[in-house]
Amino acid sequence: MIKIINAVLAVLAGVGGAMVLYFVLNFAVERLPGKWEHRIKPYVFIGPALLVIGVFLIYPAVQTFVYSFANDDSTEFVGFQNYTELLGSEAFRRTLLNTLLWIIIVPVVVVVMGMAVAVLADRLGARSEKTTKTIIFLPMAISGVGAAAIWGFIYASRPPTQDQIGLLNAVVVGLGFDPVAWLQIDTGKLNSLLLMVIMIWTQVGFAMVLLSAAIKSVPEETLEAARIDGANEVQTFFRVVVPQIWATVITVFITVLIGVMKVFDIVYTTTNGNFNTNVIAVQFFNELFTNGNNGYAGAIVIMLMIAIIPVMAYQVRHFKKQEAAS
Amino acid sequence: MTTQSPALGTTGTEEKPLQPASLDRGRRTPAPKLARGQANWGVKILLVVLCLLWLLPTVGLLVTSFREPDAANSTGWWTVFTAPFSNWSVENYRQVLLEEDFGRAFLNSFVITIPATIIPILFAAFAAYAFTFMKFVGRDFLFILIVGLLVVPNQVALVPLLQLYARADLVGTFAAVWLAHTGFGMPLAIFILRGYMQTLPRSIIESASVDGASHFTTFWRLIVPMSVPALAAFAIFQFLWVWNDLLIALLFLGAGDNIAVTVRLAGLIGSAGQGWQLLTAGAFITISVPLLVFIALQRYFVRGLTSGSVKG
Repeated sequence: MIKIINAVLAVLAGVGGAMVLYFVLNFAVERLPGKWEHRIKPYVFIGPALLVIGVFLIYPAVQTFVYSFANDDSTEFVGFQNYTELLGSEAFRRTLLNTLLWIIIVPVVVVVMGMAVAVLADRLGARSEKTTKTIIFLPMAISGVGAAAIWGFIYASRPPTQDQIGLLNAVVVGLGFDPVAWLQIDTGKLNSLLLMVIMIWTQVGFAMVLLSAAIKSVPEETLEAARIDGANEVQTFFRVVVPQIWATVITVFITVLIGVMKVFDIVYTTTNGNFNTNVIAVQFFNELFTNGNNGYAGAIVIMLMIAIIPVMAYQVRHFKKQEAAS
Repeated sequence: MTTQSPALGTTGTEEKPLQPASLDRGRRTPAPKLARGQANWGVKILLVVLCLLWLLPTVGLLVTSFREPDAANSTGWWTVFTAPFSNWSVENYRQVLLEEDFGRAFLNSFVITIPATIIPILFAAFAAYAFTFMKFVGRDFLFILIVGLLVVPNQVALVPLLQLYARADLVGTFAAVWLAHTGFGMPLAIFILRGYMQTLPRSIIESASVDGASHFTTFWRLIVPMSVPALAAFAIFQFLWVWNDLLIALLFLGAGDNIAVTVRLAGLIGSAGQGWQLLTAGAFITISVPLLVFIALQRYFVRGLTSGSVKG
């Protein structure tokens, strides 16, 4: 009971403190002479937001950049040594390769599957469509940790002498083979691919919802016109629908891509990057937290940042174009 | 998210932010699109199989959470269907919530998530109001900066923040995660809210100002109530994202008194066999909170998604 009261008090203190901040600032600025009040007020409104962005994103990003050129406890500059050592290490190159595979495979599979479900479910009656979409979409609300717990009962492996508690091995044993330690086999990147399945499972619903909304907003006349011209359903879809929803396809692709670049929970909770499944975000965490090496951790995340800069540039350009159009 | 954390970003040109576009939209737009109601049996069977495959993993966890730990650890969960409902009990749930420290972690996650959802909304709503309805030097530049920050990975901030918190003696406190999530969620929050506020009729704000209402009053009395759909959309994002977060909770709260439920659960996954009842019942309780929020507020969530947001 005391715990619950403390919890409620903590929540009230946090939220109340933030509210009081604005009332005090507003009270103060309204005491200023008219002209100054007018000038300063916008900054009171955006001030706290800019402050947290500065303190929690911009300042630390710059600092991380600096740390990436310093030694493990950030006491001495070492030039590009962290970068050259990381890129020269076999383990990190494998991490990069794994991350690259995630980046290549997951967004494409998610977009294709999301599109397929959106198109097929669109042909169902309204109620079945809604049920189907809800089922596919639900895993999106599940955390990486929760997903790892769930998929544990698919991938679990027991010695051949025991009953299998993992569904996949139950099937394998049922067919007369020996059980397989799925997440420990990196032949053909099998274990990484199986971890990607978990991510795909959580993301297809997201792609489906966005693509479905886009498909439904394609003007009916364009479809009619194509059909009158003798196009079949497949041609209509690829020649008429896809070009019109292309912007949404790109949006979904980029969103999933960025999520994949930072994938952490799923790999951390299942293999912690062992058995050659390591990815950038997990290695970053282990360098920072387990090895206490700020230099390596910084260099890894700066490399990640460099990979994201083109996406950022695209984003800003796209936004400016939209603003100009509106 | 994986929950993903939804990332932010670009808006499909064919959609306006936060226009109605929900899961059941097909029912409201009468015009059939490609071929409404024309699925053949092949398509229907394919979709049914896909839905079953999608549900199967979660059903496995749910079934296991009602089995005794020894049974769950020695035979597959599907074996319950050969002797349905024998040995089912809610004992695991009772233990998890009442006896083990899991209950505390569960409570902690609410203490983490509620302020980490409300505070960024408050900050972002004020900022979005200023970006939309006020004129000031640097406005356009600052907003472009925020758009750019949408895709910046949180990891880039973690090393220095950990040091900053160590110096300020904030490591392990709720305030540490509230503030971090406020900062990390801010660009997306401002982006979504400004996008929505721009669609509000300007005449209302102007007439309020003519009537002598201050910006502060206009904000609370007019803009906040009118922006509820956008506020709700972001609130759901942020709630799911913070509740499901592992990385930030692991770094800033760790395994101490204020441990988050995801961190507790991640610790259990590694130790197969031990605390099995915690893993299954605990995992199900943990995922049921965002699932309930999501199902209850699905309409807003989908609108938020279709407004084209991708958080970095």
